[in-house]
Amino acid sequence: MYSEEVMKHFAQPKNVGEISDADGVGEAGNPVCGDMMTFYIKVKDGKIEDVKYKTFGCVAAIAVSSKVSELVKGKTLEEAKTLSKKAVAEALGGLPKEKMHCSNLGAEALGNAIVDYEAKHGGEPLEEQPEEKIEVTLGCCDCGAENPPEAKFCMSCGKKLGE
Amino acid sequence: MERKVYLDNAAATPVRKEVIEEMMPYFDREFGNPSTVYDLGSRVKAVIDEQRAKVAELIGARPEEIIFTSGGTEANNLAVKGIAFAHRKKGNHIIVSAIEHHSVLNSARFFERLDYEVTFLQADEYGLVDPNRLKELIRPETILVSITHASNEIGTIEPLAEIAEVCKENNVFFHTDAVATVGNVPVNVKELGVDLLSLSGIPLRAPKGTGALYFRKGLRLMPLMHGGIQESGRRGGTENVPGIVGLGKAAELAKAEIPAKVSHVNALRDKLVNGVLEKIEAVKFTGHPENRLPGHASFCVQAIEGEALVFMLSSHGIYVNTGSACASKALKTSPVLVAIGVPAELAQGSIVFTLDINNTEEDIDYVLEKLPPVVDRLRAMSPLWGKAKPQAA
Repeated sequence: MYSEEVMKHFAQPKNVGEISDADGVGEAGNPVCGDMMTFYIKVKDGKIEDVKYKTFGCVAAIAVSSKVSELVKGKTLEEAKTLSKKAVAEALGGLPKEKMHCSNLGAEALGNAIVDYEAKHGGEPLEEQPEEKIEVTLGCCDCGAENPPEAKFCMSCGKKLGE
Repeated sequence: MERKVYLDNAAATPVRKEVIEEMMPYFDREFGNPSTVYDLGSRVKAVIDEQRAKVAELIGARPEEIIFTSGGTEANNLAVKGIAFAHRKKGNHIIVSAIEHHSVLNSARFFERLDYEVTFLQADEYGLVDPNRLKELIRPETILVSITHASNEIGTIEPLAEIAEVCKENNVFFHTDAVATVGNVPVNVKELGVDLLSLSGIPLRAPKGTGALYFRKGLRLMPLMHGGIQESGRRGGTENVPGIVGLGKAAELAKAEIPAKVSHVNALRDKLVNGVLEKIEAVKFTGHPENRLPGHASFCVQAIEGEALVFMLSSHGIYVNTGSACASKALKTSPVLVAIGVPAELAQGSIVFTLDINNTEEDIDYVLEKLPPVVDRLRAMSPLWGKAKPQAA
């Protein structure tokens, strides 16, 4: 079901933890849905000097958090902002269709940490989202396809969403 | 991998040696189609009738009251749809419990799209259904009630005899999904008072893809599988002869073994439950503490997610199940846990153990050794653990 890379990150996740004096903290997901991530970043000279996270979630969620932390550590804030859910999934060797939303969550949580940092430190005007609009999507119960949050019917198979 | 401890017998079981041996001739020696007129066929037809009698014997039914199916799901579909379609003139209201298996829930929901009404009977925090509440819900239009004998998710055994009485008084057909109980506890359809009952070969250690529906003699049922007149016209299609032979053999062996199995798995289950509750904090034991399936233990572990837990345990050779949303292809938390009022967040930490006769005390000791550190590891990673530890009631 999961790629070797996913299992590797699940078995030995990198950068797990908290940063007590973090420059930015970002959260995404919620425990009711089964996935939640909190990212902590330390920023120096516009670069992410350190990154840690805590994750409540499945194998994919844990692997995504680990991979996201690996991808952004040492990068500039601008580079980190461009992190897309597709890039995360690709770096992990792919994710099952119904788990793609986990890669969304990782990018979103990190994005929120950056937004938090920027809000605290002036600099860039407060952005709601990084360049690429990252949406929370509604997974279809039948076919697993992702739909915009306001959709009432699945755009892929037509089944009524949210039941 | 250190050793293999398999504790997910509700999902799948290793087929018994005696069952495999019994099935073998029917692959390439006695391979006839039971419907053919020559001896190759009629011999096999006779064998099928023998198996029918064995399955009937296991549940106290008559052979002619057994329809062989491809498993529990098909039996549940046949029961719900077969009755609903056949008795539309009588009424169009169906009642199923909120804790049914998907094959019953979705069969019932299917009728919501037609001109039927479906009511979902709620269960209490232990998963028990109240026969008095059922009485209140029954209307003149009610034609079918379907309540599971026991849920594999939380283990609670339902008061079927009382429910059957309510149904009888109100002239409503009563079906039970007994997939979790047949072969694990004594089941007698006359004593239970059910009109229909589903069973599966899996808990009997017969092959997957085998099962049966019991239906009380004289009950009118619309077939799902239209075709030839196999199964007395109630289920068309050339019979799965080896599978049916396997199911029959398993059923024949099962009945006498139930008491020893019950005492064996219960002792191990109790050791497991006591160990888990002692060694791990913030764990909720779900389902009824006494009226539950033998060898069944289900928990919700605070602050961690079930799929991650299952994968970590499997890396140690321990195989268990979970009702968490992430572990389901539909990304939905087990409706059973939701129905009994477990908070959605806690329900994600669901873990279910189903033991069998092959499990040993060493297996339980091994689980009690490996599980706590795995939980600790996941909790150390979890944003929900550490600062404000919510209560696991």
